[in-house]
Amino acid sequence: MPSVFGVLFDGLAYGMLLFLMSVGLSVTLGMMNFVNLAHCSFAMLGGYVTVTLMNAFGWPFFATLPIAFCAAAATSIILERVFFRRFYNASELNQCLLTIGIVFVSIATAAYIYGTDEEPVHLPAYLQGSISFMGLDFAVYRLFLIATALLITILLVISIESTRFGAQVRAAVNNQRMARGLGIDVDNLFAVTFALGGGLAGLGGALAIAMVGLDPSFALTYLIYVLIVVAVGGLGSIAGTFVAAMLLGVSDMAGKYYVPALGSILIYLVMMVMIMWRPTGLFGRR
Amino acid sequence: MTIQTIAGPHDYLRAQLRWRWSEIAFWLATLLPFVLAPNYLVLASQVASTALFALSLDLILGFCGIISLGHAAYFGVGAYTAGLLSTWGWGEPLSGLLLAGLAAGFFGYLTSFIIARFRHLALIMITLGLGLLLQEAANSASFITGGFDGLQGIHTWPIFAKFDFDLYGYTAYSYALAVLFLIFLLARRIIHSPFGLALRGIRENAQRMPAIGAPLHSHIRTIYTIAATIAGIAGAVLAQTTETVSLEALGFQRSADVLVMLILGGTGRLYGGLIGAAVYMVARDQFSGLNPQYWYFWIGLLLIGVVMFLPNGILGGLSLLTRRARAAP
Repeated sequence: MPSVFGVLFDGLAYGMLLFLMSVGLSVTLGMMNFVNLAHCSFAMLGGYVTVTLMNAFGWPFFATLPIAFCAAAATSIILERVFFRRFYNASELNQCLLTIGIVFVSIATAAYIYGTDEEPVHLPAYLQGSISFMGLDFAVYRLFLIATALLITILLVISIESTRFGAQVRAAVNNQRMARGLGIDVDNLFAVTFALGGGLAGLGGALAIAMVGLDPSFALTYLIYVLIVVAVGGLGSIAGTFVAAMLLGVSDMAGKYYVPALGSILIYLVMMVMIMWRPTGLFGRR
Repeated sequence: MTIQTIAGPHDYLRAQLRWRWSEIAFWLATLLPFVLAPNYLVLASQVASTALFALSLDLILGFCGIISLGHAAYFGVGAYTAGLLSTWGWGEPLSGLLLAGLAAGFFGYLTSFIIARFRHLALIMITLGLGLLLQEAANSASFITGGFDGLQGIHTWPIFAKFDFDLYGYTAYSYALAVLFLIFLLARRIIHSPFGLALRGIRENAQRMPAIGAPLHSHIRTIYTIAATIAGIAGAVLAQTTETVSLEALGFQRSADVLVMLILGGTGRLYGGLIGAAVYMVARDQFSGLNPQYWYFWIGLLLIGVVMFLPNGILGGLSLLTRRARAAP
């Protein structure tokens, strides 16, 4: 029986990953009401970029992370320009279908290039093992994950709360038409936010693979988790996404450790109850 | 168009109910597999049951605007009800069909209270969650459902104790087609009734319907229960004709597939699901040599293409063409 503390620690590390992968979707959904089910394909892309650079080109793990971010950001901005922007005023159904089509294509492409087996991930030695502190064991990689995600969260909150760009994003999330009326170029803003969100997902994917593995079904498996985080946290709310990701990470870990027979039932139940209780999410305004 | 010459709403509905030549031709064409492709009757029976499933989704999505990513839950309840009845020693198909429909309908009625309260992203998430929840539950309860291996030992008795389910699928296709046709008649009647019109009103503007006196929630509950019942019957037909049920019957993949079929055919037209199911399943059968992973590559491209260039599906494209052809001279 694992200790409560161990479950909490693993759950928080897992929640940080979920937060990185879902925060971009939350902001873009809140801003444009665009249901982007392909968001986890960007995370998968980041994961594959990291794996390829490490295994085939021998790059160090840390050097691959910015590349994973940039590759996912570039892909998301291309997709946004070519496909998504035509669908901002389309029905939710059409948005869902378009993006699920992209998910299918991305999964098949990954399977074609890499096969359906899980990709091996070799972490550098200094990220492996664990350190003891006050009689408790901390896995180094999970500590690293939590630290990285916290750093990114702080950067994100600062840039959203106290920069000009952040103010524009908040205005556009709050009331898109009013923001347009005030002369904010919402289309451009959205493209930048979209790229940032996609890049964060790519980074999240690159960091996630050492903990949860990587195969072509990643884009669909984690899509469900990310959707849960976004729907529970509330659209466009960074704080809400953070809380929801931590809740989901801890309750998923707790479920897997303590009642493995239930599988993911616990998670789905938690999600449904949360959505029924607060249809607009924990911190949602609409 | 004839709308200008119609006197009142009842005349309009009556005009809608009239059978068109293209519809009669469609149903005659469903008999063709008996003559033209007797080797493909097994496939044809699966197409018919899937088409019935797509029709049930069309009732809620095409006519009422309820996007469901978990519709396979009701299909699965129906399939497992029919399959379990058979393994417990009652393989009579028609009563099995009825009970499967009742079970799925009851489950649909219970869940419809949740469904009716939500729209937009919350609704998508709730339907997705319901589907996943049931899938996980069925997986955990493998002592009943057989888990990933599926139910063992399903045997369907002959229909009317006379027509045995043969290897070539004559009985299976006749049975599936008959069920499909009867339920299609029912669905057609529902859609072209005042209730059906109210549903379309909900699809177009859910806020305004209560203002003109249409009970929003109870209408949604009713059509959702009907759609769940039909989905359960479709599942039962598939279980009885193939004599297998596995977890795949209520998985997310099936929910996504049926959505693709309906979109491909065209929503809100009753025939869209039928045509989409036929095109999709025949294409998948033709490309069955392909790795399923690659099959989904083409499905993905198809989805993107349909949404970008053919937003109303095959039927929408066809009706656009005929309208243009009529307008041309």
